[in-house]
Amino acid sequence: MDFFARIGQSAINMFGVVGASGIVFWRALISLRRLPRSTKLVVEQMQRIGIESLPLVVVTSIFTGAVASVQVSYQLKAYLPKAYLGTAIFKSVVIELGPVLTALVLGGRVGASIAAELGTMRVTEQIDAMEAMAIDPHRYLVMPRMLAALIMLPILTIIADTLGVGGGYVVSNVALDVSGKVFVDGMRTLFYAGDVLGGLVKACVFGLIIALMGCTAGLAARGGAVGVGRAATRAVVASCVLILVSDYVLTTLIYGIIFS
Amino acid sequence: MSGRTLIDVRDLWKSFGDNQVLKGISLELIEGETLVVLGPSGCGKSVLLKHIIGLLVPDRGEVLFCGRNIFDMSVKELGEARQHFGMVFQGAALFDSMTVGENIGLPAVERKGMRGQELETLIEDKLRLVGLEGLSGLRPSEISGGMKKRVALARAIALNPDIILYDEPTTGLDPIMAEQINELIRDTQNKLSATSIVVTHDLHSACFIGDRVALVESGRIEFVGSTDELMDTEDKAVRNFIARGRANLGPRESDRAGLH
Ligand SMILES: Nc1ncnc2c1ncn2[C@@H]1O[C@H](COP(=O)(O)OP(=O)(O)OP(=O)(O)O)[C@@H](O)[C@H]1O
Ligand SMILES: [Mg+2]
Repeated sequence: MDFFARIGQSAINMFGVVGASGIVFWRALISLRRLPRSTKLVVEQMQRIGIESLPLVVVTSIFTGAVASVQVSYQLKAYLPKAYLGTAIFKSVVIELGPVLTALVLGGRVGASIAAELGTMRVTEQIDAMEAMAIDPHRYLVMPRMLAALIMLPILTIIADTLGVGGGYVVSNVALDVSGKVFVDGMRTLFYAGDVLGGLVKACVFGLIIALMGCTAGLAARGGAVGVGRAATRAVVASCVLILVSDYVLTTLIYGIIFS
Repeated sequence: MSGRTLIDVRDLWKSFGDNQVLKGISLELIEGETLVVLGPSGCGKSVLLKHIIGLLVPDRGEVLFCGRNIFDMSVKELGEARQHFGMVFQGAALFDSMTVGENIGLPAVERKGMRGQELETLIEDKLRLVGLEGLSGLRPSEISGGMKKRVALARAIALNPDIILYDEPTTGLDPIMAEQINELIRDTQNKLSATSIVVTHDLHSACFIGDRVALVESGRIEFVGSTDELMDTEDKAVRNFIARGRANLGPRESDRAGLH
């Protein structure tokens, strides 16, 4: 019973963050009016989110592409010519693997760091101090992070797509006996710009989710170091779940309805 | 001291879980006065201050600022009302990602768009007032607890607010520095004709800076009156509190209170 009660409790915690994020999102959205005064903050956050996450994205995407290429080649084996290896890898990377894996690793890295930072500010009364001096934390802290993540996620995804396809290319060349020309020709045969675009739209949404969950959990943190740790966990869990759920919704919407 | 009522606290009740902290506090702050709030540790002084600036929402009761209940105000109106306030938090609540100078300059930068030389001058002026000139480049983690308190004070008075809330501004300072800060509070009050609430444990400071004194005990106002009345009162709880704080009294006040 205790076991299930605890599972129930963590589900409630997760939905708590998602529920509370509505009002945070709305207040950050209204504060966009004051964007000109906050551009410096946005740029600062873009640097933090983008540059600091780059090594992680590079490693993840290269190996994702490499693994994808081994997998695809194994599954195509008897059924389809190797010419389609490039096609399959390119499509799976730009539509799914690039955006989703980038978002998931950033949900861990960036989401937790935002939640920990804002959570610490909350429990040490820095957020109170900011509100007391009539500076809205939604404008000063939340909005720049959301905007920065919204801009940086697609950029990081483009990098991840490139490196992922690159990783697949190298592996198929070296280990799978598919020449570079065959791989690239395969990519070209069924190339459709909408595939890339759809993936980037997903990346924008994932960026918003990561920053919003991090901020909401951080602002709601209570009770010292333990509370900050809990906020970080909540942010990561909530953003990972939301990323996967919204990925399903967006994929259906974009590839099932709009581009079909 | 016969100005209009600036802040009117009416029957404020607040509990955290089972812990009933405020039990019907009513208090008036008159324009131009310095009201000292005394009381034992944990009686709810900090909680009371946070209600006055709208950081906590009461279970019952209201805080009227210029005749309007701050808990009925919209986010925007509350922001405007807060521009009249400066607050020194008990734990200083400095922004630890910024330098001392950026901390002091933040309200000026964000609310007034102040930049360059004007900003530098403001920061240096305020640092000089609290005896910390030349330290604007340090980070809060690099200065002592007492210095943090003084930076917090400089930040609170940076934009010459009409109302200043001090939560134990001299706790943790050596006696000489405490004396200087008391004088600074009195000067600020005279020069800016500010209205202040000062929370303190220190009877000596209370008599030095206060026009009126309120004694809070376990969530209720036990006594309100001028400093002279405080010393002359027959009220048992008050005399008890004074007796406990006797060590802090100078000879004059101690004599007046008949505590030898
Ligand atoms: N955010 C909070 N959550 C739960 N309980 C709180 C919170 N803030 C204050 N309390 C409780 O309210 C009571 C009064 O706290 P408060 O900080 O106002 O005391 P104080 O009079 O300022 O004491 P001190 O002189 O030691 O600063 C305490 O019992 C404290 O446990
Ligand atoms: Mg206190």
